[in-house]
Order: sequence, then C-alpha cells, then structure tokens
Amino acid sequence: MNVRLYVWQRATAAVMAPLVLGHLAVIFYATRQGLSAADILARTRGSIVWAAYYGLFVAAASIHAAIGIRNIFSEWSPFNERQAGFLAILFGLLLALLGARAVAAVVLS
Amino acid sequence: MTARLTKHRDSALWLAAMVHRISGLALAIFLPFHFLALGLAIDSDARFESFLRWTDQPLVKFAEGGLVFLLAVHLLGGLRVLVIENFAWRDGQKQLATLAAAVSVLIAVGFLARVF
Repeated sequence: MNVRLYVWQRATAAVMAPLVLGHLAVIFYATRQGLSAADILARTRGSIVWAAYYGLFVAAASIHAAIGIRNIFSEWSPFNERQAGFLAILFGLLLALLGARAVAAVVLS
Repeated sequence: MTARLTKHRDSALWLAAMVHRISGLALAIFLPFHFLALGLAIDSDARFESFLRWTDQPLVKFAEGGLVFLLAVHLLGGLRVLVIENFAWRDGQKQLATLAAAVSVLIAVGFLARVF
C-alpha cells in the first residue's frame, strides 16, 4: 500500500468511526419494536440530515473497503498490484453506486 | 512453514490483526447485499416491508447478530490501530484488543436480546 492509499484508508476510518457508532445506535433504536418499512421510511423520507449522514457514510465506506480489498488481493491472491488495483476500483465503484441507490431509495419519496 | 516463521501467530495482537482483516472482508462482502435490500424501497414500500418480514426468521436474526459483532469488532479494532499510529500509547495493547472483542460480543448479545 502506498502512502496516498494509506492516508485515504486512515482518513476514511476516522470519518466513519462516529458514523458507525451512530449506525449501531440507530440499529438498536430501530429494532426496539421490530423493524418495519413504514417506521424506517417515516424517519428517512425527505430528510436532508439522513441523506447527508448516509451519503457520507457510503462514500467513506466505498473508499475504505476498496482499499482494504486491494490490500487483501495483493497480499493473499495471485493477482499482481495492477490487477488488484483494478479489481478494487471496480468494487469501490459498485459499492458507491449501490450505496447511492440505497440512500436514494430510503430518502427520496 | 518453519515454526520460526509462524511464531508471531501465537501473539494475541496477530490474532487481533487477523480478526480486523477478516471482519473487514466479511463486511465488504455483505455491504452490496445490504444496499440491494435497502434499494427494494425504490420499487415499492411493500417489497421493502416483505423483505423485512423475511428477516424475522430466527436464523436471519442470528446472522444479523453476527454482522453487528463484525461491525463492532472492526470499529473497535480500527480505533485501536488509529490510536497506536497517532498517539504515543503503546501499553496494554493486548488487553485493549481483548476488551474490544469482549465489548463487541456484548453489543451483539444485546442486539440479539433485543430482536428475540
């Protein structure tokens, strides 16, 4: 892992730490009486705050996970650095795309 | 592999690093499915609700408890790494790693107690 990727991975980790804590709190809150689509969507639909919160979360997670996957590919698989980097970028883009779609699904009415 | 080359694997901190890597890999594999499930709300609220009712099955709830553990242990293990790298705090790392695992188990058990 080069210095640029190292800094990105640590920076996204630092951004995500409070977001993950908040997410765990939301999980505990949302499951207090069983999950329901109506409850979840009532909280998130039309909310700029939830859109920003989970939008930032998706962006940081996509970068963080892609760098982690790149490290695992380059250390634990026969792929060379270039191939590992290419697959990691594809994975990061997939996560960002699906994540943005998920945020849109629960925020936009 | 010779015993000399694998001796570091007896260390609790090697295990902590491995737990961090495996939990991160598992979360990365889970994330696309998590996003696809939430994306069901694009089609209709009813499809999303139907999926949530599927998650009421005991086995799915246990799997969710496992995911909560993975998320917590990756968070706490990651915070330990950030502390080591950014502050002059080197003492008690084995105890900290053990505490991170124990707290993660408690969080997962707390989640399971809530959903069952």
